[in-house]
Amino acid sequence: MITGEDVDHIGWLASIKVAEEEKEGFVALFNSVLDYFHQLDELDTEDVEPTYRVVDLTNVFREDVVTESISQEESLRNAPRRENGYFKSPRIV
Amino acid sequence: MAEKDVIIGLEVHVQLNKLNSKLFCGCSTRYHDAPPNTHTCPVCLGLPGTLPVLNRGAVEYAIRVALALNCDIQGETLFYRKNYYYPDLPKAFQITQYDFPIGLGGKILIKGDDGEEKTIRITRVHMEEDPGRLVHAGTIDRAKYTMVDYNRCGMALLEVVTEPDLRSPKEARSFLDKLRNILEYLDVFDGDLEGAMRIDSNISLVGGERAEVKNISSHKGVEKALAYEITRQRSARRRGVAQVQETRHYDELRGITVTIRTKEEAHDYRYFPEPDLVPMRIADWVPRVEAELPELPDAKRERFVSEYGIADDHAKSLTSEIRVANFYELVAKRASPRLAAVMVADVLKGELNYRDATIDDFSPDHMVEILDMLENGKITDKGAVEVIRTILDHGGDPAGVVEAKGLVKVEDDAVKEAVRAAVKECAQAVADYRSGNEKSINFIVGQVMKKTRGRADPGEANRLVKEALDEM
Amino acid sequence: MLRELKERLAAGASAEDVVYSLFEKIKKSKLNAYNNLSEDSALAWAREFDDAPWSGLLAGVPIAIKSCISTSGIETNCSSRILEGYVPPYDAHVIERLKQEGAIIVGKTNMDEFAMGTSTETSYFGTTRNPWDTERVPGGSSGGSAAAVAAGEAPCALGSDTGGSIRCPASFCGIVGLKPTYGLVSRYGLVSYANSLEQIGPLTLNVEDAALVMEVIAGHDPRDSTSVKSEVGYLSGLDGGVEGLVCGVPKEYFGEGVDPKVEKSVWDAISKLEDLGASWKEVSLPHTKYALAAYYIIAMSEASSNLARFDGLRYGLRFGADKDWHTTFSEIRAAGFGPEVKRRILLGTYALSAGYYGRYYLKALKVRTLIKQDFERALSAGGADVLVTPTMPFPAFKIGERIEDPLSLYMADVFTVPINLAGVPAISVPCGFADGLPIGLQIIGRHFDEIGVLRTAKAYEDSTPHHETVPKEVV
Repeated sequence: MITGEDVDHIGWLASIKVAEEEKEGFVALFNSVLDYFHQLDELDTEDVEPTYRVVDLTNVFREDVVTESISQEESLRNAPRRENGYFKSPRIV
Repeated sequence: MAEKDVIIGLEVHVQLNKLNSKLFCGCSTRYHDAPPNTHTCPVCLGLPGTLPVLNRGAVEYAIRVALALNCDIQGETLFYRKNYYYPDLPKAFQITQYDFPIGLGGKILIKGDDGEEKTIRITRVHMEEDPGRLVHAGTIDRAKYTMVDYNRCGMALLEVVTEPDLRSPKEARSFLDKLRNILEYLDVFDGDLEGAMRIDSNISLVGGERAEVKNISSHKGVEKALAYEITRQRSARRRGVAQVQETRHYDELRGITVTIRTKEEAHDYRYFPEPDLVPMRIADWVPRVEAELPELPDAKRERFVSEYGIADDHAKSLTSEIRVANFYELVAKRASPRLAAVMVADVLKGELNYRDATIDDFSPDHMVEILDMLENGKITDKGAVEVIRTILDHGGDPAGVVEAKGLVKVEDDAVKEAVRAAVKECAQAVADYRSGNEKSINFIVGQVMKKTRGRADPGEANRLVKEALDEM
Repeated sequence: MLRELKERLAAGASAEDVVYSLFEKIKKSKLNAYNNLSEDSALAWAREFDDAPWSGLLAGVPIAIKSCISTSGIETNCSSRILEGYVPPYDAHVIERLKQEGAIIVGKTNMDEFAMGTSTETSYFGTTRNPWDTERVPGGSSGGSAAAVAAGEAPCALGSDTGGSIRCPASFCGIVGLKPTYGLVSRYGLVSYANSLEQIGPLTLNVEDAALVMEVIAGHDPRDSTSVKSEVGYLSGLDGGVEGLVCGVPKEYFGEGVDPKVEKSVWDAISKLEDLGASWKEVSLPHTKYALAAYYIIAMSEASSNLARFDGLRYGLRFGADKDWHTTFSEIRAAGFGPEVKRRILLGTYALSAGYYGRYYLKALKVRTLIKQDFERALSAGGADVLVTPTMPFPAFKIGERIEDPLSLYMADVFTVPINLAGVPAISVPCGFADGLPIGLQIIGRHFDEIGVLRTAKAYEDSTPHHETVPKEVV
């Protein structure tokens, strides 16, 4: 069972602030969705290999060759806040 | 000194800064003097829709390092996502290795605190991408905001993780010096570039929880931070305060460590295999890379001893830096190898160190010239040191310096002339000598040195004075 | 129909006129199929084309692009508030290909926010309406692309399909939509929702158009490490017919939960294929009932990581005075994402978190293996050549009917998600109507057998009138 506390913790991990009024809805929905997911428990997958990707590719590389970067102006064009060629981030402490 | 109750393990982040391009995109790795956010592209900025493509050279370098550290190369290796938020991480996950890293179970030999050779086990070597760089307006704890530069973001890193085999800050330092040395031998790494190596240290006292001191970039800093931690943890224990598992930050200016995170706040990285990259099967690269591995420090040291007949201490000193070893070998092929070992290991390295200079600041041709003059008796040992110092401080070439400073060892005739004059002038000393006071010869030799302005070889002068006196 | 358009342009018709009248139509429309138009550049290109026509497979042909496919200089917001105003500095691989073949991009189409939905109702910019009945959804998540094509607001469009997002709206809007084999079309530039499942594909008025667009967008791209090398002509193999073809009819795709009118149309289609020389046999995909759970676990888990980058630092939404970074990011993300996106990110975060990875993500990947094996068995040599099923269990539903009950909305994807889990190609083609609403027939093929899928669809389409029926103009 997922609790309100779990939702807070998941929100913290996911960096999404969960408002008090949303929480109850999340708890109810998450429990019913997870309940639905649990039908997979019916299947014995002990000896089944997981499929991470459906293409059977290995060793895909690029050579160590420099390609052109984009300009500082282009790099920063979409940044909502910037200063002196830097992205401006909220303080980290 | 090695302490029985201290347990240290290291996680060393090594930038493969000799690559041309970043780990997953084609941006250049030569960003060190560039304005911020000019070595960036949609991929390393993590713009929506971009995908990583792995640099083959990085894998090649990683195998090289893993082999040099005596690791087993994993036949199949892959990348994971390590999910966490931080402004320096534009995708909010780091592409790194987790299960199936490229190398497992290696070792490095270092000189332990007891002077004996000691094996430090390497747990694993894995590849990952470097985050960007944060610049704080003011100090980290006071800044109102943080500026982000992604030039560094996406640089190829290797993380080298040791077993907790180190017993003192000095051993940790010695390990780091040796690792750097090996990496430079492999030509994958330039340790002089800013941020080239960053170290997380795990340290605990036997029976206690460990503290992780994160992100120190100098070997000296690691040594100091660990020394501080030992003192701190010991005194806490004496006061009955238990060490908790925590992450600490080393404040270089104040020389102390401060806690930044305890276990309760620990991350949950939600690792899962990176869906945008495919696995690597590299087992068949290994024989070739192994065959192409250059001679490593320990092997070179042994060869120097046997090939050039030099002392082991000298060989060790000469091989502790690839550029010094190359310099020595260049010189030793053209001059006396033994004399070269003494001059390079005992004189040049010290003079460079004193001046914060590197071996690149001195020409091997000049060294050969100096060694030739020394061997031919044109200059004295003292004169040779003077030439080296003068060139380092003011430039010039050996012949010119010798000429300008009048360092030419005086010719025998001139010395003989000075001896004749001195014996004539020092009648009293001569008389004393003849009456059995052998020490009085020193006074006469002193006069000879004075007359030759020190350019005479003192031993030679002594011999000539004695000869003159005995002839009288 | 693209062929006729190309012929008209080649005969001297003005591309500018074509593009201009499209914009006229779009601006009058109440469908809300587009988020933003690239009117200036499209008209400029069209004029250039008229002055000195260029060659290319799509020379002078206007095309609409789903808002999650990056277009240099054209806003690409994924119908999310958090990306409102974001203009990529680069083109997706498919956009580069379209430009190389002379196509003209008219705008970016509405979609479910970050492609998370089955109805286009989760768009921050309002739902798109179904041109057959504007009270109904167009399907999703590529609802804008499908509605635009169905209503004549674009002659063709690109969509993306993670769990049915091309085929579902194609089915609901009565057009053709193809999800290619995983790895066939480069994902470079497609804003990721669930990387291991999704592909870009065409939405068109007929099968030949779909093949033509595939001819342009398919092919190896070194910037996508999962891109596969393949040299196939999609147009050349189109008219081979279905003589001797074995159609597998998976029994799990019929019966309970499927609208009887949908079922009947699909059986009629199977009979039609039989008339054309194919045969059919029942096959079984025994793990079908587990596909939805496996799909949603994988998609949500990958999404939780893919969507972590939207924090307002490098692009997108940022408001108010900055606090500490974690609080600021958390508030931006809380305000910038809609409810469905938040649900999926949170559930995916939970599924990957310490202690749950094995129970959810890893388990789902193992079930994925079983589902993939189901398809491999059913489509093995001696088995069926293609599988034939309904695309959706029912026709387009009413706007608002399901959006309040996410789980019931997830259930609508029951016949489309297994295809993404297996990575095989599938097309939806119109196969009839139920009470005036289009029904889609899904034809599924072996890995990289797009030709087989397209050829089957073409043979069916050539012998039926459904694709020629168009909705009344919506004004």
